[in-house]
Amino acid sequence: MQFEPQRPRKPVRRIDLMTYGFGSASEPAPDASSAPILYIEDITVSFDGFKALDGLSLYVDDGELRCIIGPNGAGKTTMMDVITGKTRPDQGTAFFARSVDLLSLSEPEIAQAGIGRKFQVPTVFEHQSVFENLELALYTNKAVWPSLFARLNGAERDRIEEVLAIIGLTESRYSRAGVLSHGQKQWLEIGMLLMQSPRLLLLDEPVAGMTHEETEHTAELLLSLAGRHTIIVVEHDMEFVRSIGRRVTVLHEGRMLAEGRMQEVQNHPKVIEVYLGA
Amino acid sequence: MLLKRDLGGTLLLALLGIAILVVPVLNLAVPESSSLHLSTYTVTLLGKYLTYALLAIALDLIWGYCGIMSLGHSAFFALGGYAMGMYLMRAIGPRGVYGDPVLPDFMVFLNWKELPWYWYGFDQFWFAALMVMLAPGLLALVFGWLAFRSRVTGVYLSIITQALTYALMLAFFRNDMGFGGNNGLTDFKTLLGFDVHADSTRAGLFVVSALALALGYVACRAVVSSKLGRVVVAIRDAEDRTRFLGYRVELFKLWVFVLSAVLAGIAGALYVPQVGIINPSEFSPLNSIEVVIWVSVGGRATLYGAVAGAGLVNYAKTYLTGALPEVWLFALGGLFVLVTVFLPRGLVGLFRGRKEPP
Ligand SMILES: Nc1ncnc2c1ncn2[C@@H]1O[C@H](COP(=O)(O)OP(=O)(O)OP(=O)(O)O)[C@@H](O)[C@H]1O
Ligand SMILES: [Mg+2]
Repeated sequence: MQFEPQRPRKPVRRIDLMTYGFGSASEPAPDASSAPILYIEDITVSFDGFKALDGLSLYVDDGELRCIIGPNGAGKTTMMDVITGKTRPDQGTAFFARSVDLLSLSEPEIAQAGIGRKFQVPTVFEHQSVFENLELALYTNKAVWPSLFARLNGAERDRIEEVLAIIGLTESRYSRAGVLSHGQKQWLEIGMLLMQSPRLLLLDEPVAGMTHEETEHTAELLLSLAGRHTIIVVEHDMEFVRSIGRRVTVLHEGRMLAEGRMQEVQNHPKVIEVYLGA
Repeated sequence: MLLKRDLGGTLLLALLGIAILVVPVLNLAVPESSSLHLSTYTVTLLGKYLTYALLAIALDLIWGYCGIMSLGHSAFFALGGYAMGMYLMRAIGPRGVYGDPVLPDFMVFLNWKELPWYWYGFDQFWFAALMVMLAPGLLALVFGWLAFRSRVTGVYLSIITQALTYALMLAFFRNDMGFGGNNGLTDFKTLLGFDVHADSTRAGLFVVSALALALGYVACRAVVSSKLGRVVVAIRDAEDRTRFLGYRVELFKLWVFVLSAVLAGIAGALYVPQVGIINPSEFSPLNSIEVVIWVSVGGRATLYGAVAGAGLVNYAKTYLTGALPEVWLFALGGLFVLVTVFLPRGLVGLFRGRKEPP
């Protein structure tokens, strides 16, 4: 990792995080002892005979912040595709919040059921303003006719302002999303997920292309969101995963290789062999 | 309120308002000897341009804002035109060459004894007016539902829209379809009792076309300024992102596609009484491609750019096909290439500075 001179952190953002009501970033998330909010069992996905996922099972507790790591092609993105309805598995089951059968719902239905997803390549609506991007994401009736007559009410505007502050884009609210830096786009996309008020957030490589400082802010944000939301983060940046320091799942060739604290996983011989040792 | 910060649109509506007031006067009240007199030929030509402009707006809505490059919009235009043509045919009544009180001339000529069922009702103007919107709208609904649900996008979608209009063209060429075969529908006499050849009727059609364009513009502006409009642009720019935000992308596309088809149908219906004929060549894929060129020359995703493009390109076409007929197609192709390479935002892009369309 590269060392950068540590600039003092802008105090504004800290205050914003606290007023948002997620508590201080250093506070551990409430221990989730409830049943899994995400329940994936024995999922297999094959592309022309090649198994991208091979009997994968994964259970994530309500309020948990889970990191998923694994070498390129391990099936991390494919797993998110299955959860969000983009890819239908050949076999297996996937349930959300006990009763929602993810395999029978379409992508928009899954999104409206409370699962938000950030893509591996940051994807925002480049030709629309930052504010409009968040407005589009806002959790509301998203059918065609209601959209034609939709007007933002006061509470909804406040919510957008709130999220703008959380993602540090208050000053850019009227800029086109296309002119944002790579890191800002990542943040905007995370902000869009927050607007959806999801119970489960899936983040595919959220700190890719971010500066060291931006990465730190992101870790801080995710820690502050855990507890309220369940979060699954796929990342290659080990420093980032370590700084989050929660439960880590290692995928390899479409299967789960190991699961546990970063410390345990790191010392797992198989993991060293296929991934960290490489 | 809608036109706030829409300079181009304000200008367009102002021009249309002036034209509505001035053109009929210059044509009907100013004597022919005066240099200010506007000939009926010119009025009809302008009226025709207005219907093209409405067609261009319809395409801009679906292409500029939703990213669906329809190469089949001439099909919706022609269907609207045929619905109007059927009314005009039945309005001829016993005044046809063969004097049959019910059957249009071409049916008598083909020795048909009875009016086909799908010609019923077209003696009523309100019914025809309904069909002007329903026929293109329903076709767009069925076609769009199949295409968008199976997630056909990009070039493939353009190709199947083109195939659609081509298939319709071939079908309408057949005499046994009952739409007059390759001669189409023509020799119209009256529209709502007014002589279609009379100067005053032509001026009236011009006014109605201008009003339709103005209303079409305002309606489309309202749509693209709404949240629905922003969803549609979002679909154009990042379809998957929109879907994963919880929008049923195919339904939004379908809604805009049907609206666009209905507008194109209305444009076709206003076109037919002014040019006096509708035949299967209006379905020609080439016509659809011309519409795409109008919109790209004017500038996509602005609506008024589509109007400007339709006006300019058609003016050039009228001029060139008169002066140098063999040059026209090359000029059109060259124009398209030049605009694509040097003016990706079209002519209106020149005046908008750095401000980009959505
Ligand atoms: N649509 C597809 N068709 C064919 N093969 C695919 C498809 N999608 C993914 N794969 C393959 O499945 C495997 C898993 O891909 P996936 O994108 O899930 O990996 P990943 O763990 O996200 O990798 P990375 O860290 O590079 O993002 C890869 O070998 C990939 O080539
Ligand atoms: Mg991936």
